[in-house]
Amino acid sequence: MQQKAGGEEVRAGYFGPYGGRYVPETLIHALEELEEAYERYRTDPEFVEELDSLSRDFVGRPTPLMFAARLTRTWGGANVWFKREDLAHTGAHKINNALGQILLADRMGKRRIIAETGAGQHGVATATVAAMYGKECVVYMGEKDTVRQRLNVVRMELLGAKVAPVGSGSKTLKDAVNEAIRDWVTNVEDTHYIIGSVVGPAPYPRIVRDFQAVIGREIEVQSRERFGSDPDAIVACVGAGSNAIGAFYPFIGRENVRLVGVEAAGRGLASGEHGASLAEGRLGVLHGAKSYVLQTGDGQVREAHSVSAGLDYPATGPEHAYLKDEGLAEYVSATDEESLAAFELCSRVEGIIPALETAHAIHYAEKVAKELGPGKNLVVNLSGRGDKDVEEAAKALAERDGR
Amino acid sequence: MDGSGKIRGAFRKGRAALIPYLTAGFPTLEGAREVGEAYVEAGADIVEIGVPFSDPLADGPVIQGTTARAIEEGANLDYCLDLARGLSSRVPVVFLIYYNVIFARGVGRFLEEAADAGVAGLVVPDLPVDEFGDFGRLAAERGVAVCPLAAPTSTDERLEKIGRVATGFVYCVSVAGVTGERERLPEGALALLRRVKAKSGGAPVALGFGISSAEAAAEAAAEADGVIIGSRLMRLVEEGGARAAGEWLRGIREALELERAGAGD
Repeated sequence: MQQKAGGEEVRAGYFGPYGGRYVPETLIHALEELEEAYERYRTDPEFVEELDSLSRDFVGRPTPLMFAARLTRTWGGANVWFKREDLAHTGAHKINNALGQILLADRMGKRRIIAETGAGQHGVATATVAAMYGKECVVYMGEKDTVRQRLNVVRMELLGAKVAPVGSGSKTLKDAVNEAIRDWVTNVEDTHYIIGSVVGPAPYPRIVRDFQAVIGREIEVQSRERFGSDPDAIVACVGAGSNAIGAFYPFIGRENVRLVGVEAAGRGLASGEHGASLAEGRLGVLHGAKSYVLQTGDGQVREAHSVSAGLDYPATGPEHAYLKDEGLAEYVSATDEESLAAFELCSRVEGIIPALETAHAIHYAEKVAKELGPGKNLVVNLSGRGDKDVEEAAKALAERDGR
Repeated sequence: MDGSGKIRGAFRKGRAALIPYLTAGFPTLEGAREVGEAYVEAGADIVEIGVPFSDPLADGPVIQGTTARAIEEGANLDYCLDLARGLSSRVPVVFLIYYNVIFARGVGRFLEEAADAGVAGLVVPDLPVDEFGDFGRLAAERGVAVCPLAAPTSTDERLEKIGRVATGFVYCVSVAGVTGERERLPEGALALLRRVKAKSGGAPVALGFGISSAEAAAEAAAEADGVIIGSRLMRLVEEGGARAAGEWLRGIREALELERAGAGD
């Protein structure tokens, strides 16, 4: 089976040299089953109708494209537009993918759902759709993240999911993924693993991207309605990279649209404490796919760091690796400090408290807006809202201000 | 003799081959050498050396714990190669190694170094046969055998493919799951073994994942060409050191011999 990425035919399951299916033999059958189900249902009228109507009535799509008038004035550059994924049900783009996958799981006859989560947004989205479809749900979450994202733990539990804290390794997202894979290997017959981003073994990166591409398709339609053309640039944060690939996808290969992904530079790229795998990683294999991975010379995976739990992942989706190599998207980074400043600025100027992940994109959007100049149009993908981050942000801001 | 020959030779003993696992660098860099020695003295036919990796997604809590400790102890790939070199003149050694560690070193360079250290074969749990690419051919050129995994979820078609690339043994995973101790041989394990053997194209088939008692080992040996034991041994090393693991392993070896005698071979 062939698939397209950036307009090029590539090997099945691969984006250029990236991707693949590097998993224990036990899982191959489940991945083949998922691929078949996806091929069968993605064009099935009943499936499409169910997804579309739930996207509309349950998720609240289409999400608005909002003119950020005061940021536009403050920065004095291009017109700034926000794609309001923070207004989607559960507060982030994650619900798009969780919804698509629960429909697949249901049709595959799986009664049990597992997921991993970092910041908790994907866990909440999965717990939500599992509740709606009456499935048992277990969400793996690094112990550290259960502390810094306590609000989302409470939400998941209210939704009927079991949150399983992971105490191995870095106790964050990377290890939650390992633990979810171990669970899946063990319970593969009746369990579907809803991977939360464009990572993992094929066909996940493609499935997740397709379910997130609704963001980009709406940006395309709404841009034409609002300002009569494609945007001149789209800026999105990149941890593993699902909101970014969703926003970028319909525009890949269009020379009139700059696609800018913003990674977490954490305490600075030079500090080694960051989550910028495209900037600082090397080609490697983690969680079932070949991509850029933060690792030691000996191939041990390094811990990532970011003020945002959603971005401290030591690898990036294989399609981003491909887009970077082919020059089809630009990848830059923003530090914790810069992102916190953008978090405050957006809250005060636009009345929107963004997720700390999103704040990385907002920080870099200023630079892009100024480069583009007045009269041009820049879309920032507002991937999620910041309710979950207020405690962490308050702590970080107090530290910064010496309080 | 190349790795393939060494491994196949180890299975021609008139009983199921005994394949104990050790995590390189656990409990310490020096301690792991003692564990290897104890295995050889207890009559191991092949020693499986686990190369520590930060994200061992096929492993359960015991082996995860030992690999994390080993990394802290400083067990890098050079050390693992050295450990293999120390054992490989007396017993065939296979590496259990995750693909990123190979990839980081460079596939060609890694295979050369492994061959040079006397590593006879490789078990790469996250490299299914579909992703082998040139890996099998490159390994064969260096005289290193590959030992692919077969699982309860593998279709007959896949088992045939697995059998075709297995230049060492086929590593039959007894149960859908990760490594770890289990009270008894999982139901269906013997039927699975028969299915794998029928499709393995003559490659020996060793059963692993969850074999943690003499009874289970003997039961497995009725169908398997070899049994692989890991988590239980690592727990014994943790609790009683190399000597405890070696003594327990000797008991397993006796059980395997009895089983074969009982079968009238």
